[in-house]
Amino acid sequence: MRLINRHPGRVSAILLGLLPFLLIMLIYSLASQERLAANPNDKLLPGLEQMTAAVDRMAFQEDRRSGDYLMWQDTTASLQRLAIGVGIAAFLGLIVGILNGALPLIRANLAPLVSALSMVPPLAILPILFIVFGLGELSKVMLIVIGTAPIMMRDVAQRVRELPGEQLIKIQTLGANSWQVITRMVLPQVLPRLIDAVRLSLGPAWLFLIAAEAIASTEGLGYRIFLVRRYLAMDVILPYVIWITILAIVIDQCLRFANRRLFPWYNAGGH
Amino acid sequence: MSFITVNNLWKEYGDLVVLENLNLSVKQGEFCTLVGASGCGKSTFLKMLLGQETPSRGELLLEGEPFPGEPDRNRGIVFQRYSVFPHLTVRQNVLMSLELEQRPWLGKLFGTARRKALEKVDAMLTSVGLEASATKWPHELSGGMQQRLAIAQSLIMRPRVLLLDEPFGALDPGIRKDMHDLLLKLWQETGTTIFMVTHDLKEGFYLGTRLLVFDKVRRDPHDPEAFGATITYDLPIGQADSKLLEDINDSVAQTARHQAA
Repeated sequence: MRLINRHPGRVSAILLGLLPFLLIMLIYSLASQERLAANPNDKLLPGLEQMTAAVDRMAFQEDRRSGDYLMWQDTTASLQRLAIGVGIAAFLGLIVGILNGALPLIRANLAPLVSALSMVPPLAILPILFIVFGLGELSKVMLIVIGTAPIMMRDVAQRVRELPGEQLIKIQTLGANSWQVITRMVLPQVLPRLIDAVRLSLGPAWLFLIAAEAIASTEGLGYRIFLVRRYLAMDVILPYVIWITILAIVIDQCLRFANRRLFPWYNAGGH
Repeated sequence: MSFITVNNLWKEYGDLVVLENLNLSVKQGEFCTLVGASGCGKSTFLKMLLGQETPSRGELLLEGEPFPGEPDRNRGIVFQRYSVFPHLTVRQNVLMSLELEQRPWLGKLFGTARRKALEKVDAMLTSVGLEASATKWPHELSGGMQQRLAIAQSLIMRPRVLLLDEPFGALDPGIRKDMHDLLLKLWQETGTTIFMVTHDLKEGFYLGTRLLVFDKVRRDPHDPEAFGATITYDLPIGQADSKLLEDINDSVAQTARHQAA
């Protein structure tokens, strides 16, 4: 049988999917054991023991200096910035995207600007943000907004233009004015697509968040990672990276689930 | 004065002539079927009636006034596909027509107004045979059911003209027969003027009161785009004998081959 026609069963598919994770863990633990055997104080490849101790210290014990639980403090600070930034970006993406997609006059006026803005590397203007908005929360949120909003605007506009032309004609023959076309035909059909666009933007959003926190912050997941780098504290960095990854997966799956529940017609092939 | 008047109508796209010298006069309540080979301008003519396209030359009049340049609620349309809204259930699809009309800003009805509108909607759904599917999503319906919904959605607005662009082209033959019966019943009940484009000549000969054949009178073998199509036959249905139908069939088939070559 040709390779392209061979499909794994349910169980073997799960096992095949788990295999790379197990392999990475195995290789890491072998390498870690070897280094720790040579030098019990090695910092580069900490074992499970050191990492659980670090997590316990960061997440479940009060910090000796400030009395806070650092990992939770970092997590809430980062998630708050992420949520505000992505929320504002999604809102802008929805409004500008719908206007650009549905109204030719606005499109002629705004689409070139949006295209140009989406080409600006956001990290290149981070210094400008720090200068203009200061080193506080605003500049970090603005970086996420500037980094993700233009792409969402373009994506939403594209989705609007992909709606079948027949629908647009049809709703006009039902007497709809432009406002009604947007609120009753375009907006409800674009919302699930906006959620998809947000899911795709979360990767870049995390990137911008951690970059901004690394440069100027006093708390946050990215701040902590870059802070403890000075002490080569891999036992903190690795759990933090895994924690960030878990958060990203959970957020993504929550959005996917929300999309399914809120828009049953969308995922059942109704578009 | 006739309901719809077409005087010396031409439609050109640059050098491509689609329709030439079209003349037609249609009375209110007529059911015209438009047949012809692909590329002979049937759909273009329908688009002009809809307001999606404008004539290059000549007149297209509705009760003596030029047709509005954009689609409006006087002219309903049913396309072959995509003419129902996937994000609304069957009932909501039909209800939306009434909501758009009664609430220019909100676009939604509540309370008594909504209950009243829903009574009309349910009556409409019953008359197209969709009462059992009222709470389904469009993607759960078969092709024929979706077309029933599209017709219901248009007819609840009581349009003066109903335009059908190959509405049954994608349906199975058995279903198509049911849809013909439904369409004739609704036409008799509402008295709407109907224009239906079809690929299926037999459908054209059977449905409606009047058959319009779009075909090319002149052909340039070296330049198929040089001449446009016009109405070559304008027949009251029921009077055409089988010999004539064969002639039309042959002529249309010849044009189709010529277009394809």
